[in-house]
Amino acid sequence: MDKNISFTLKVWRQKGPKDKGHFDTFQMKDIPGDTSFLEMMDILNEQLVNEGKEPVVFDHDCREGICGMCSMYINGHPHGPATGATTCQIYIRRFNDGDTITVEPWRSAGFPVIRDLMVDRGAYDKIMQAGGYVSINTGGIPDANAIPIPKPVADEAMDAAACIGCGACVAACKNGSAMLFVSAKVSQLALLPQGKVEAARRAKAMLSKMDELGFGNCTNTRACEAECPKCVSISNIARLNREFIAAKLKD
Amino acid sequence: MANIDSKIPEGALAEKWTNYKAHQKLVNPANKRRLDIIVVGTGLAGASAAASLGAMGFKVLNFCIQDSPRRAHSIAAQGGINAAKNYQNDGDSVYRLFYDTIKGGDYRAREANVYRLAEVSNAIIDQCVAQGVPFAREYGGLLDNRSFGGAQVSRTFYARGQTGQQLLLGAYSALSREVQRGNVKLYTRYEMLDVVLIKDNEGVERARGIIARNLVTGKIERFAAHAVVIGTGGYGNTYFLSTNAMASNGSAAMQCYRKGAYFANPCFAQIHPTCIPVHGDKQSKLTLMSESLRNDGRIWVPKKLEDAKALQAGKKKPTDIPDEDRDFYLERRYPAFGNLVPRDVASRAAKERCDAGFGVNNTGLAVFLDFKYAIDRLGEDVVRARYGNLFDMYEEITDENPYKTPMMIFPAIHYTMGGIWVDYELMTSIKGLFAIGEANFSDHGANRLGASALMQGLADGYFVLPYTIQNYLADQIQVPRFSTDLPEFAAAEKAVNDKIQKLMSIKGKRSVDSIHKELGHVMWDFVGMGRTKESLTTALAKLKEVRKAFWSDLRIPGDANDLNVELEKAIRLADFIEIGELMAYDALNREESCGGHFREEHQTPEGEALRHDDKFSYVACWKYTGEGKEPELIKEDLNYQYIKVQTRNYKS
Amino acid sequence: MWLSNSSIGRKVVMSVTGIALILFLTFHMAMNLVALFSGDAYNMICAFLGANWYALVACVGLAALFVIHIIYAFWLTMQNRAARGSERYAVNAKPKNVEWASQNMLVLGIIVIAGLALHFANFWYKMQFAEIIGVHDLGAFGPTDGAAYIQETFACPVFTVLYLIWLAALWFHLTHGFWSALQTLGWSNKIWFERWKTIGNIYSTLVILGFAAVVVVFFVKSLACGGAC
Repeated sequence: MDKNISFTLKVWRQKGPKDKGHFDTFQMKDIPGDTSFLEMMDILNEQLVNEGKEPVVFDHDCREGICGMCSMYINGHPHGPATGATTCQIYIRRFNDGDTITVEPWRSAGFPVIRDLMVDRGAYDKIMQAGGYVSINTGGIPDANAIPIPKPVADEAMDAAACIGCGACVAACKNGSAMLFVSAKVSQLALLPQGKVEAARRAKAMLSKMDELGFGNCTNTRACEAECPKCVSISNIARLNREFIAAKLKD
Repeated sequence: MANIDSKIPEGALAEKWTNYKAHQKLVNPANKRRLDIIVVGTGLAGASAAASLGAMGFKVLNFCIQDSPRRAHSIAAQGGINAAKNYQNDGDSVYRLFYDTIKGGDYRAREANVYRLAEVSNAIIDQCVAQGVPFAREYGGLLDNRSFGGAQVSRTFYARGQTGQQLLLGAYSALSREVQRGNVKLYTRYEMLDVVLIKDNEGVERARGIIARNLVTGKIERFAAHAVVIGTGGYGNTYFLSTNAMASNGSAAMQCYRKGAYFANPCFAQIHPTCIPVHGDKQSKLTLMSESLRNDGRIWVPKKLEDAKALQAGKKKPTDIPDEDRDFYLERRYPAFGNLVPRDVASRAAKERCDAGFGVNNTGLAVFLDFKYAIDRLGEDVVRARYGNLFDMYEEITDENPYKTPMMIFPAIHYTMGGIWVDYELMTSIKGLFAIGEANFSDHGANRLGASALMQGLADGYFVLPYTIQNYLADQIQVPRFSTDLPEFAAAEKAVNDKIQKLMSIKGKRSVDSIHKELGHVMWDFVGMGRTKESLTTALAKLKEVRKAFWSDLRIPGDANDLNVELEKAIRLADFIEIGELMAYDALNREESCGGHFREEHQTPEGEALRHDDKFSYVACWKYTGEGKEPELIKEDLNYQYIKVQTRNYKS
Repeated sequence: MWLSNSSIGRKVVMSVTGIALILFLTFHMAMNLVALFSGDAYNMICAFLGANWYALVACVGLAALFVIHIIYAFWLTMQNRAARGSERYAVNAKPKNVEWASQNMLVLGIIVIAGLALHFANFWYKMQFAEIIGVHDLGAFGPTDGAAYIQETFACPVFTVLYLIWLAALWFHLTHGFWSALQTLGWSNKIWFERWKTIGNIYSTLVILGFAAVVVVFFVKSLACGGAC
């Protein structure tokens, strides 16, 4: 059975994007090891509400690691210490009694803080709108099996498509670059014959939108890949580079 | 018996949809540009509808409560999506998919709708592949399938354990394209708080807009359109603990209900058999383990009561129990379908064993899902390749290694078959108000089969609503755009503001979550897997207390005109309490057992669900009659012309 | 122009100039190695390069590469710092697969520039620059007597240590720069990533060892001769 632990929690509080933030410190007592990190935050918020104080605002939704909503920078890692897991998939048993746990929001110019630990990731939607799709309307589509796709290709596309758009790559990157996110979508669609048709256009459009929105330049530190909860590989970034350079040389 | 018009087209079953499309009214491209449609929700149904309508040329306003359309809870669907492609040459067909769905739904769904669903299922797969959804493939490059509960064919298309994610991202990408092209305007972090009805010249009330709250600023805003589409999912979170996302809620449906839309079959809630068991009172949600695990996992509990007791006390390990002392109760009771019986059957069987004292885990509320046999048969590598990510997830949550020791699972609330009543055109009983996806009561009857939710959400959004809504809008082309200054908007906004003020001024002592948990306990204990007249009457009494506690002792810190998460939750909880009551009323009324609704008074000697087709072969539509008043029941008769209604049999 | 107004374009410039500089280093290292075997042979190469037109053209090209590489480095870093936002994390932890060099390329680059300045003062100013301006007595020896300058410089333990530090920084810079350049140019995938990394590590090590060998050998020789500075 899991043990209960007590620890010090330092949480970033910030009223709005322009306000100056600060850390609030809380003592968390006897938290069961099988409590998820977000459930621990629920316990904290329940305490705060009971004291008539404003609860800590944070994004979360599915709590099973797929919606990409949760976004906490815990002890220096986006989504905390585990690999291949989102914040909601971190359990308290990972921490030790007496620890100090520091929780910060994603910090990047591209993701302004809305409140406390909640940031605005609308930039990702804008990048997707710039070209993260196959330009087809509904209906009038040939049979799904009309174009065979080699299994390794489909699998690689799936690896890239596993991206949940949480923004951990940007949060982890010392350059605030969104290349892993952009490249995952560009790769997925460039690999598949359905998306290949407009691959060049897509790579250019999505990249220039990323640049326009103020994300940084990729310097291949690989922090994004290491912190990605879905282990999306930087080989996708190489593919994006390839697609982009080829497209520009062709122009 | 009162009846309502479900507008099912004439003609033979297989020709109804074709006939409908051939004769329906259309809107020409120039007029489409002049018509606005509000779509609330960006899940599979909402996003696919908004994208399709946008691509057709309508002006769409699309709302979601999350920070991006891609977060909608459709994303969490793991297993797959059904379609009658018959790629496996195993005898599948549109008719068989239709038949399985009706049968799986325990003969409580509308024939014509379900047939149409099966009919368009194939086009969904084509559409998704063309969008770049990376479905699993065979080495030959063609699409792979797997089997799911309630079917004897392999018709489920999947993308690893993330099918819902991939399908939603496909719809989201199509939606993104329409946003780029200016056909869809996206409103993220907005929550609908009411639907606005305006009378036309003939005095008919039509849905013409919504009131929504900007969740970042707290500002209440008005939006007008020619039609409103609700795609806001189900109300499973009424139970507090469910597999739904934290923000999933039934409020949009309740707003429609209070404005006159019927709420159909609210008591039909699906309890999914393979979830990770509840472990403590701090838990916020239940995690689903994909139904696909039942393909290779075997479900069992100990045969001997003393073994169960020893397991519960932690004195024995599951691996200590020899095969001959294991009761593979699904294989025993249902030899033909074995571990792949439909969800309601599997859940109930688990409950039966646990009630009899054979449950495992320290709570006695769990059964084993064992992969030892699959590992012996296929090798650990194959099992890892098939289910590795699910096993990892299980281990992270429970700290147990499922390769070494059997998983423990228990049923949990997962999906709600009930919802806003809609006719064949997916229009509610309010003109111009449509409901799609899980939000409508639709196609699953009393129980949904695995991999059918994705199918229905996308069918509604891609291939049904874009047609049927035109039949309505064709008559609206002369109607100019509405001003949001109309008195109807002002009145709706005032009502919303009043409600918020009322909530903020309670200033009691209890948090929203504490009351929500209380609601959840009442619902699970008394309107849960096994229901009786007594339990439901108790539930109604207890729900009154919950309602009272909510309206007298709630505390919401912060300001209403600002980002306020507690206020958001409070508004939703107020509706959950009402839904709970509605579910209890409906469950009390339906004196039979069918699908996800099990009335313990109505079972066969073997403990199977006992339907009363003579009395209950109808859709129970509930009409709002005023605050705190008992709703009025309106029945839509179900006539089966093409299927012989029989007792579901998964034994032989 | 996409080489300046797109993030990948800017990185392509860094990569191409970087690879060209790696090639130059390889050449320079090979030339230095000659000094180990024969001072005369080395001096012949010095004389051959000198201030001849082809050497000057190459020199200007090389200088351009350096300048572009450096300007872009500062430019990219400025943009990246802006993209990081105004608030910094209170707690930082480096994931285990992140190379230290990759996050400190600019710092390493600055050390390399500093080393370069020293190198110019020690050698280039007295040799090629002297030839260019036609003043042949900027150093103690003739402008083509490279071997003598090597001997003089590395007889001094301070210079020896400084050069070794410089080379160490350059090694870190190269190990990351090598695969990073190929990754940026898109010539990488899951398999080639590991290969490039290994090749890059071996290549950088060989180049740096080549340079370091000259430094160390001449230092040791100077000790043997009892020389001091």
